[in-house]
Amino acid sequence: METTAVKPQFSEAAQAEIKRLLTHYPDERRKSALLPVLHIAQAEFGGWVSPEVQDLVAATLGLKPIEVYEVSSFYTMFNLKPVGKHVLEICRTGPCMLRGSDELTAHLERITGAKVGGPASEDGLFTLKEVECLAACGFAPIVQVREKYYEQLDTPEAVDAMLTELRNQVHRPALPWEETGLPNALANN
Amino acid sequence: MGRKLLTEHINVEGIDTFEVYRKHGGYRSVEKAIKTMTPDEVVEEVKKSGLRGRGGAGFPTGMKWSFLAKPEGVPRYLVCNADESEPGTFKDRQLMSKLPHLLIEGMITSSYALGANTSYIYIRGELLYVLRILEKAIAEAYANGFLGKNILGSGYDLDLHVHPGGGAYICGEETALLESLEGKRGNPRNKPPFPAVQGLYARPTVVNNVESIAAVVPIINEGGDEYAKIGVGRSTGTKLFSACGHLNKPGIYEIELGLPVEEFIYSDEYCGGIWKGRNLKAVVAGGSSVPILPTELILKTAAGENRLMTYESLSDGGFVTGTMLGSGGFIAMDETTCIVRNTWNFSRFYHHESCGQCSPCREGTGWLEKVLHRLEHGHGHMEDIDLLVSVAKQIEGNTICPLGEAAAWPVAAAVRHFRDEFEWHVTHAKQAAQPGAVFPGKAVLV
Repeated sequence: METTAVKPQFSEAAQAEIKRLLTHYPDERRKSALLPVLHIAQAEFGGWVSPEVQDLVAATLGLKPIEVYEVSSFYTMFNLKPVGKHVLEICRTGPCMLRGSDELTAHLERITGAKVGGPASEDGLFTLKEVECLAACGFAPIVQVREKYYEQLDTPEAVDAMLTELRNQVHRPALPWEETGLPNALANN
Repeated sequence: MGRKLLTEHINVEGIDTFEVYRKHGGYRSVEKAIKTMTPDEVVEEVKKSGLRGRGGAGFPTGMKWSFLAKPEGVPRYLVCNADESEPGTFKDRQLMSKLPHLLIEGMITSSYALGANTSYIYIRGELLYVLRILEKAIAEAYANGFLGKNILGSGYDLDLHVHPGGGAYICGEETALLESLEGKRGNPRNKPPFPAVQGLYARPTVVNNVESIAAVVPIINEGGDEYAKIGVGRSTGTKLFSACGHLNKPGIYEIELGLPVEEFIYSDEYCGGIWKGRNLKAVVAGGSSVPILPTELILKTAAGENRLMTYESLSDGGFVTGTMLGSGGFIAMDETTCIVRNTWNFSRFYHHESCGQCSPCREGTGWLEKVLHRLEHGHGHMEDIDLLVSVAKQIEGNTICPLGEAAAWPVAAAVRHFRDEFEWHVTHAKQAAQPGAVFPGKAVLV
């Protein structure tokens, strides 16, 4: 795999947000900010956290790298390998299965060309990932993409509307601390 | 039509803003508690209300509060468990996203009662969009003097923060949640010490579910005795049920505890019956970990009485013929549902979510998933059915946290009530393995 020589850096907006988050915890408990900072890192660096990005998180919080690795590998939301532009997280648990999540997964594999657990679609747009219960069972079946829930995806039309919306996104939606614009790094993804 | 203590204003335009929420009586409980009551009096009202933990365990909230250690000069914490992830349950997400100020109000009143000056809402990481809604509402509460220093001129200080998880069902277990809030893997802690003595940062801590905290608001506004008048026996007040699966009208319903299950399923006021004009086959009444019941046992107890939506009535008959109210995640399955497939799906969930700390759970959940997978896919043996029961028994009671039981109970219950369908998966393996195959009923086995 090609690696970049440039070490990743948080954008100024992200640094300010991390500083704000650190005020939430006692000074000697900076480690508490690890999960929120990992979320910021994943949003900043293309939807996944590479070992270099995790090292940056460790340095930012004054932790040993292993303290970050053991956490990022425990929680399912952190992608440890490169992903497509949009990661479609399809809920596969009971209540969604009862309302057609297996059929939804098969349908998404057919039309995007990506496979669950496999690499992104050839156009680099979509990664498919099956996840467990997303706590929206009454609106099944469901797909989560970043911070958005797409609900009641039980018709081809509903799925098409979601994919069209995602295809039309040039950049990911801005986060609350990015009012002044997306980080430069995002211009490339 | 029952009373709506939590969701009365849920559809009011702009109710997620401080201004509109306040206009509809919001933050009265904070004013009443801080200006006219001592912290102990607030705890007393919650005790009188009979409120039981709405996350699933049903432990009396007031009693849990009274266990909190209060050593001099040591900070204590209130942590709200918003890690909603029990399959079938989606009430807290709805409550927080539509009525963020209700949770914040409950957090302030409850923190005051417990003497906490810093409190956290731990929300599952998938709900980052709800975290944004809560943070916005918290900023409004600060701006209006309900959070921060010297709230309402009382000298009481409170900071409230929202903290996201990272995707792990186990963090709904309160000690795993605290580990996670400390920036670690979500491995449940050995108890004792209990969080009430050594919780977050080894300080005394109370962990309560979103709905429990929200319920403190009407309890303080109307008084614990008034709240306790609603419901039946030890099941007091109202409860949110998350209805899903094969229902005409899935969604969130706030009911007065005591409503007959049959009315909840079939009345147009609630779930509106089973979809596509089909018949009901089974119900999981309180989230995926509680025992599944066939239609005849969910509608009526073994003694032939109407089953009610209360803690006691749903558990009537123990695990032989009853179930549990749990989190109120109500999953209905129609007559075409394959019980083996559904049980396999749930076992896969628990295997995936086991933290791996205790061998019986780490290995046992894997066995359950594997054996159910082969039964569902046409490679099962008759002795597999008893093997499932045996593995489930060996997990139960042998783990640090209740995820072990949560994984074992649904399997044991499915075999208990639907053994003939499991047997059919062996005797008619090829047929049963077809996608969409429907068990034709007991007759075929005679």
